[in-house]
Amino acid sequence: MTSTTPTTPTRSPVISPTVVRLGVHGIFGRRRGILLFVLPMLLIGLAVLVRALVGQDNDATELTLYGLGLVVLVPLIALLATSGLLAPEIDDGSVSYLLAKPISRHTIVASKLVVAVACVLVFGAFPMLVAGLVMRTGEPLVAVGFAIGSLLGGATYCAVFALLSVMTRHAVVIGLIYVLVWEGLLGGLLDGIRWLSVTRWSTEVVDNVADLSLVDDLPLAYAVVAMLVVAGVATWRTGWRLRAFNLTGDE
Amino acid sequence: MSTIVIDHVSRWYRNVVAVNDVSMTIGPGVTGLLGPNGAGKSTLIAMMSGFLAPSTGTVTLDGEPLWRNEHVYRKLGLVPEREALFDYLTGRQFVVACAELHGLPDPGAAAQRALGVIEMTDAQDREIATYSKGMKQRVKMASALVHDPPVLLLDEPFNGMDPRQRIHLMELLRSMGAEGRTVLFSSHILEEVEQVARQIEVVVAGRHAASGDFGAIRRLMTDRPNRFVLRTADDRLMASVLLADASVRGARLRPEGGIELEASDFGRFSEVLPRLAREHGVRLHEVTPTDESLESVFSYLVSS
Repeated sequence: MTSTTPTTPTRSPVISPTVVRLGVHGIFGRRRGILLFVLPMLLIGLAVLVRALVGQDNDATELTLYGLGLVVLVPLIALLATSGLLAPEIDDGSVSYLLAKPISRHTIVASKLVVAVACVLVFGAFPMLVAGLVMRTGEPLVAVGFAIGSLLGGATYCAVFALLSVMTRHAVVIGLIYVLVWEGLLGGLLDGIRWLSVTRWSTEVVDNVADLSLVDDLPLAYAVVAMLVVAGVATWRTGWRLRAFNLTGDE
Repeated sequence: MSTIVIDHVSRWYRNVVAVNDVSMTIGPGVTGLLGPNGAGKSTLIAMMSGFLAPSTGTVTLDGEPLWRNEHVYRKLGLVPEREALFDYLTGRQFVVACAELHGLPDPGAAAQRALGVIEMTDAQDREIATYSKGMKQRVKMASALVHDPPVLLLDEPFNGMDPRQRIHLMELLRSMGAEGRTVLFSSHILEEVEQVARQIEVVVAGRHAASGDFGAIRRLMTDRPNRFVLRTADDRLMASVLLADASVRGARLRPEGGIELEASDFGRFSEVLPRLAREHGVRLHEVTPTDESLESVFSYLVSS
């Protein structure tokens, strides 16, 4: 070995294939990865049940896809995927092997989020599409609307949960409380929360694509811009926090 | 040739001081960072590897700040103390990934070379989850060496290694130091540090207690007058007995009890004291060095 510094040219791709590959390994290499398969099966199972028992019913479909899908399934998939990508590595310190490398912290975050959003697509949006088509075979736009809404909302959730993961060791618990209390409970009770709710924003997208009216009085432009801004800011802040990551020993 | 400069660095966590106004320069060759557990070694290494900001002062590598500067990792390899790795990968997958993240032109070859250096080629295709502690330690080494860095930092690298692995790592560190690399490792065991490091930095309770090669640290203990307070079962008898010995320069009975004593030859004194006490049947209750800078080194070296 010679003691020279490697003189590789400075490359800073936005996405690192290596981090993406490690991320995929990380999600499916751990036990909680199984939940990613179980949750969508519940949704599709319920959809089949509804179709068999109620037939093609508007209210039942909306209740299932909105109440179970958008409000519960999509945030949970986003939470599972994102926290599985960052929180365990930060907890056990193995994230230092990613960080002790001359690559931009934003590249690391963006690459991890690619994996998380892919999970949302496969385990959130796609099952929503399937469930929608099962329940409303005659109106595919309903299914498509929910799938698009799930992807946009889920991606936004991923960015928010990524930021939570680098800010606190209790990201999963806080994320769950946020989803259940703010988005689920208060979102159902207080109408004003629609201005500050990722689920409501994504529902507004569903309304527009599928021509439904699940949330009232929320401009589509506001909903889309709000999701983009929240996702962008959260992603950027996550990278910024990761630049100042403290690795402290067991002392 | 690379140099890490720590300049008047302190680090505190809320109101607990972990590192207290430490200045040291780590140059080429092997340096041992010696100190008891909780002395601030890990905090220092975290700051030297860009994973912790100093509360005051600066830490630089060849003039570049380490904090919030991911470019320093081109020149720096870190072997953290914590054992967690990407358990779901094989050793080779992990080291190849590290090589890719460094942007090396041929990650596979770089990984093979690093795994060869630390003698892990046999187990490279097993999952890391199945590795022993020593094997994990070596894979961590490989990941830190894969980009052939001029600076290598290791936090307690000998922990969990069996004697054979220990000797192998010591040889490796020595040869890397001889190549002109800047190698720093921490340890709480004097014998380990003594065998590998040319330069020793002693850290006790967050302070930089001593610096130099092992000889210098030993001289610190022996060449200068050492002051002690002794509490014994019979102070007057013990004082007179000790004063008769050449290693003792002065002894004074303290009004509140105990003997204030100045030894000129620490090595001899530490040997003579228990012997004389035994010979005269005087029980020693307490032997406390009162020279502050020395006290820390002393109490540490004696306890280890």
